Amino acid sequence: MMTNLTVEALELTRIYGGREAVSNVSFNLTKGQVLGFLGPNGAGKSTTMKMLTGNLAPSAGSVKICGIDMIENPKEAKALIGYLPEMRPLYKEFTVDEYLTIAARLHRVSSRNIKKAVDNAKERCGLTHMSKRLIENLSNGYQQRVGIAQAIIHNPMVVILDEPTVGLDPIQIRDIRTLIREIGTDHSVILSTHILPEVEMVCDHVQIIDKGKLVFNGGIDVLKRQRIGNKLLIGFKNAPQVSDLLQIAGVSEAEALENNMMRVRFAEDSMPHEAIVQAAVKNGWGLYQIAPDQTSLEDVFVQLTYQDAAVAEASAA
Amino acid sequence: MILNVARKELKSVFASPMGWIILALLMFAFGTYYLNGVNDYFEVMSGAIRPAERYGVTQFVGQTVYGLASFIMLFAVPLLSMRLISEERRSQTLPFLFSAPLSLTEIVLGKFVGLVAFLSILIVYIALMLFTLNIWSDIDFGYILANSLGLFLLVASFSALGLYFSSLTSQPVVAAILSFIALFALMILDRFFAGDPSNTMAQLSLMRHFQSFAGGLIDSADIAYFVLFIMTFLTLTIRRLDADRLRG
Repeated sequence: MMTNLTVEALELTRIYGGREAVSNVSFNLTKGQVLGFLGPNGAGKSTTMKMLTGNLAPSAGSVKICGIDMIENPKEAKALIGYLPEMRPLYKEFTVDEYLTIAARLHRVSSRNIKKAVDNAKERCGLTHMSKRLIENLSNGYQQRVGIAQAIIHNPMVVILDEPTVGLDPIQIRDIRTLIREIGTDHSVILSTHILPEVEMVCDHVQIIDKGKLVFNGGIDVLKRQRIGNKLLIGFKNAPQVSDLLQIAGVSEAEALENNMMRVRFAEDSMPHEAIVQAAVKNGWGLYQIAPDQTSLEDVFVQLTYQDAAVAEASAA
Repeated sequence: MILNVARKELKSVFASPMGWIILALLMFAFGTYYLNGVNDYFEVMSGAIRPAERYGVTQFVGQTVYGLASFIMLFAVPLLSMRLISEERRSQTLPFLFSAPLSLTEIVLGKFVGLVAFLSILIVYIALMLFTLNIWSDIDFGYILANSLGLFLLVASFSALGLYFSSLTSQPVVAAILSFIALFALMILDRFFAGDPSNTMAQLSLMRHFQSFAGGLIDSADIAYFVLFIMTFLTLTIRRLDADRLRG
């Protein structure tokens, strides 16, 4: 059990000028997990990541990387982390090869293995044909890849990426996501983003942080279940009364929407779909569309962050 | 690890034309002074009739070249040291070093060693240039070595101070101006207290401690002064960077 925990954050708190930017954030990460960090702007995602990587000292709380305390043994702990901050820390006067060699050397890759590590990182990030180019002259997307290559060059236990897909084109985004999944199989990855579908695609664990507080911490399947829900969106040419629909077995709630659409909510383990279709045919409601009603992840997100605000307001009052 | 950081700094100096241009210009200036010194030597010495007025070619040429070097470094070091930390602050590359398995001391020392190594190229160059006098005369190697050591310590002190000012701001130019002013003040401090040489303030002057080296004298008190000066500013720099981590 102790061997599998890669990141342990305990009650991390960071105070900026009397305001808590991050308060009491605790979580664990095990080997092979990809953790998505979600939150609106200024929620404290980057601050948390800075504390995890030792770039910022927490006002309270502790961080352990594979059991090594970041505050007591920063060098040993940092050796296990690869970090790509929000602003890419690239020395633009160097070529890709030079830069990655420096990164490897500073991350204690032994001089015998440096060339291999650089080649490997370049290959994984699709940079092989850019080796001799100055970083300054690379496009935004390629610079981002160099940033990621720099973070994985020493084969770290934990890779922390702050908004890794910003500024990339769709194909690159897909490549990077595959890469993240790949890294995630034998290491731990923490990434922050505000692109919600991305979280769904690459992460198996999600944390939503809002105003410095953790408002959701759980598996992606929990979030997905919230997202799909037990709802149907049905279109009728001659819309029936709400009461007509409620008579169908399993339907717990119905509401009329604009354009002759209706939203129907049903109980957890019932399948009223067929019954609704039969009723529609029998009564000539003019059914033309029936589909599961997916709440967008955005809605779930807004709900979660909003709920918290409402609760806070209620408790304050 | 310190050497790895230093290597990175050296590489970055030579990655831009800045480093090469400064090297070339300074070498040109020193070469010119050296040449003038050798020419003047014959003129002046042939005019010096009494033996007491005559002195060696090493000292004559060395004085000119090392005098110029200590003065020029006053301008060159701030120009080179300004980007060490403030440039990284501005382009937000500091997290790269902070999240690598390096202590702050290693980062600061690495940057310091990198800059001093670069400037040592010039010191070695000047010494080699003066050694060539040995081809046709018999020179005083001790004098040149004492001057080289003095210049090295002086330049290292300049670098330490420049590094500290570079850590204070994210504008390299501001760092350069601040360190130039501070260095200039420290250089001419003893002029202000010329009437009272035993004044404590006068003791702080960098130039005063360089004087003994310039005369060919290696004085442990002066070495101690320079070492303390360097350590003070390196410690201040480390503390400044640590404050970044603590206060954000």
